[in-house]
Amino acid sequence: MPGLTEAEARAILEKVVKLSRADACEVSLGGGTSGNIRFARNTVTTSGETENMGLSIRSSFGKRSGSTSVNQFDDATLERAVRRAEELARLAPEDPEFMPPLGPQTYAPTPGFVQATADISPDYRAALAGASIAAAKARDCVVAGFLDDGARWSARLNSAGLFGYTRSTDVTYTITARTPDGLGSGWAGQDANDVARIDGAAAARIAVEKAVASRDARAIEPGKYTVVLEPAASVELIQNLLNVDARNADEGRSFLSKSGGGTRVGEKLMDERVTIYSDPANPDAPAGPWVGDGRPSQRTVWIDKGAYQNLAYSRYWAEKQGKPALPGPTNFIMNGGTDSLEDLIRSTSRGLLVTRTWYIRSVDPQTLLFTGLTRDGTFYIEDGQIKYAVKNMRFNESPVIMLNNLDALGRPVRVRTDETGQPSLVPPMRIRDFNFSSLSDAV
Amino acid sequence: MERRDFLQYSGLVAGALALPVREWRPDLLGAITPIPSADKKDLADAALNAARTAGATYADVRIARSLSQFVSARERKIQGIGGSESYGAGIRVIASGTWGFAATNVVTPDGLAAAARNAVAIARANAKFQTEPVQLAPQKGYGTVSWKTPIEKNGFDVPVAEKVDLLMAVNDAALKAGANFVNSRIALVNEQKYFASTDGSYIDQDIHRIFPGFNVTVIDKASGKFENRGSLSSPMGMGYEYLAARPAGKFAGPGTTKYGSYYDMLEDVQLAPAQAKEKLAAKSVLAGKYDLVLDPSHLWLTIHESAGHPTELDRVLGYEANYAGTSFLTLDKWKTGTFNYGSPEVTIVADKTQPHSLGAVGYDDEGVKTKEWTLIRNGILVDYQKTRDQAHIVGQTASDGCSYAQSWSDVQFQRMPNVSLRPAEKPLTPTQMIAGVDKGIYIIGDGSFSIDQQRYNFQFSGKLFYEIKGGKLAGMVRDVAYQANTREFWNSCVQVCDRRDYRLGGAFNDGKGEPPQSSAVSHGSSTARFNGVNVLNTARKI
Repeated sequence: MPGLTEAEARAILEKVVKLSRADACEVSLGGGTSGNIRFARNTVTTSGETENMGLSIRSSFGKRSGSTSVNQFDDATLERAVRRAEELARLAPEDPEFMPPLGPQTYAPTPGFVQATADISPDYRAALAGASIAAAKARDCVVAGFLDDGARWSARLNSAGLFGYTRSTDVTYTITARTPDGLGSGWAGQDANDVARIDGAAAARIAVEKAVASRDARAIEPGKYTVVLEPAASVELIQNLLNVDARNADEGRSFLSKSGGGTRVGEKLMDERVTIYSDPANPDAPAGPWVGDGRPSQRTVWIDKGAYQNLAYSRYWAEKQGKPALPGPTNFIMNGGTDSLEDLIRSTSRGLLVTRTWYIRSVDPQTLLFTGLTRDGTFYIEDGQIKYAVKNMRFNESPVIMLNNLDALGRPVRVRTDETGQPSLVPPMRIRDFNFSSLSDAV
Repeated sequence: MERRDFLQYSGLVAGALALPVREWRPDLLGAITPIPSADKKDLADAALNAARTAGATYADVRIARSLSQFVSARERKIQGIGGSESYGAGIRVIASGTWGFAATNVVTPDGLAAAARNAVAIARANAKFQTEPVQLAPQKGYGTVSWKTPIEKNGFDVPVAEKVDLLMAVNDAALKAGANFVNSRIALVNEQKYFASTDGSYIDQDIHRIFPGFNVTVIDKASGKFENRGSLSSPMGMGYEYLAARPAGKFAGPGTTKYGSYYDMLEDVQLAPAQAKEKLAAKSVLAGKYDLVLDPSHLWLTIHESAGHPTELDRVLGYEANYAGTSFLTLDKWKTGTFNYGSPEVTIVADKTQPHSLGAVGYDDEGVKTKEWTLIRNGILVDYQKTRDQAHIVGQTASDGCSYAQSWSDVQFQRMPNVSLRPAEKPLTPTQMIAGVDKGIYIIGDGSFSIDQQRYNFQFSGKLFYEIKGGKLAGMVRDVAYQANTREFWNSCVQVCDRRDYRLGGAFNDGKGEPPQSSAVSHGSSTARFNGVNVLNTARKI
């Protein structure tokens, strides 16, 4: 793959740090290659490959800092960039929350890089798109889809001796099939670090089957329903459970803030089967070895048996509160069971199967209430069988309330998240009394 | 919706140029150097000639320098001062009836020529899957022309110290007025864009945008409740004069002072803490049907989602089916010529020409001079938003000028122009409108927003909600969201105020496409009344 090796990256970083005249200097260098193909109306619309590389420098004098970035790497440019950062630092006001650069850290390797993904070619992308279009045409459907792959590398060095280098790859494939009359729509998506785990034919088959099966959807009364949520339907709701840190909660402006002061950490808020953690070394959803400020990412249980166990602390807030500076999550993993999605459907007497959700937005940050809609495949289940398609519905639901009403969990699978981009493992789940508030005519 | 994991790996890269500095030294970053004008035509011709030689039947090139700057503050400290500069060129071609695009940051004749050849190669490679060859509406070349956002004061020329002082004064005022927390910011954008095409256009444009704002939080420790009140500012296609706090920009009462073409940030923030406290203590709304009176600071977002997006022709045709979605305003409905979208009060116009608007440019990103046209006339769907390759689909011979790319490195495609509700001819003020409402809610400011992928079912919240009883405001209510079907909602529009109340709202970052691109767009309206809309109570307990 194009890009710098660890030794090449280190050589540039050391050259920059040596140029520094500041009290402290932190340098980061990163780049990558990404490629994509997009299709719609059963034809390829756009495709391309891009490459990028950038260097950024933060220089500090006492509590004053300045930063700059460049994308040229000759000696004169590097020297000019260092001098710019230093001059800006001298002009800066003191930052009362300034934290000095970290010393050397130990970064455990994470399994995020797969050569086969870095080697994805335009031919692979075109073949995948072509096969998906052919699969759709065979069933008289119209497809739109997007394959996006990337191989990225990143390195960092500071004047206190911290050095790190890492590489990762990712590939995401999504496909939406629609019936030509516009009455049926189905979706499937796959997300992986290893392209071997992408099965475009399977994704196309699921999307097309759901499109055909979702024609002639029946309207049902909005209200509280038992739902079987596929992982893609729940992930963007439940990932909001980790969108909280200690400072917000301590300051009284979070759903975890408690009346009279303090936080609700340790209080059982959800079903005891709810355990959510992050682990950068997880082989199915690996994450990077460090967080933004250079602290090593680490395995952390955030919610244990329905109760928050930990909150992330910035280095500044941890020092101020006398707490360990626990870095935030870099991936999202929810414990589940052993049942497949099909098992969950089979054991459901009455309920709705939700393929995917859409346009999820916060309604009340105080109760973590969100609204959004079902999309691309919503079905009525009776006696363990999918009986018929139902029209899409809008929900107003809080993941805290929803996970209090947990009925069953299946086997976690890797799922893509648009909002955080974090690798996620989420089980299919059955929830009681999921709150649908209105019907939608959208297909 | 970028791949954030990449940013996690490179925290410093992500935070690049977050500079807490007292004085901005443009020379340090070279941030305001314009593209050398003498070279632009030669560069563009190098790209166009290379494309033609490689077999392109059409080519256009955009040589662009994009600048941004922001200052942000939290309570009594400056959190960051940042800037970015991006310089490069994007070349788009048609070869074998298929689009191809390539971009480069090597802005030399050779660099652009190489990118042009690459674009032709990509077009040829994609042609094997092409089932709908591109049909481009003819466009006469304009020769050498230019356009500039009519600004009074370039925000990039304003010393950073002045911006720092303003935000510190804003935050100080908020804290003195009883806020527990306050964040504030000023963001500036300048796109310096040179467009040339094989049609014979050489178009130089200098486009400016500004977006100031704040968020105030008040906390009731005893109950553990908190409430936010965001600023009533809007992103604008203006220079720093937007912050001039001129009286002409103020729209006093009912409710609170609202703002038009000039924004008084200090005045707005001084009002905010008391309003947040009033909202915290307000009664929870009783769910049911209400007549809604919607201020332009709120209504712009409803227009954006329920009128702007469904009239995008690429959505109608299915190009966005896998991501942003399609549209209920299908071609068969448009073809009837009688499809009812809203009440006769509802005329919705598109434009890329309104002064102070985010969408205003002289020419779009495929060299089409901008204009105004009607999408919904007296409640009837009459037209869509189109680019050159879409005009033929609706039997038209010219583009509407809706092509835009977020940067030189992204390919241009159909993006939303300004889409606005036309004010009524008959004189009517918001106070007169409220006087006619027996049971209603007056909503100011945008809040939570969500709509389905075909733009039928939506739910919106706001910043301030005043109950209307017997024609008068009767104090604030809280936990308000309204949910409606687009056609029912616009058919329930019974009154629109006149032009005196007309103001713009807008978004800096409307998203569409894969990979996603953002664009800035304004939506104008006067206050409007909608009868019998379903209001939800959003209060919950966890």
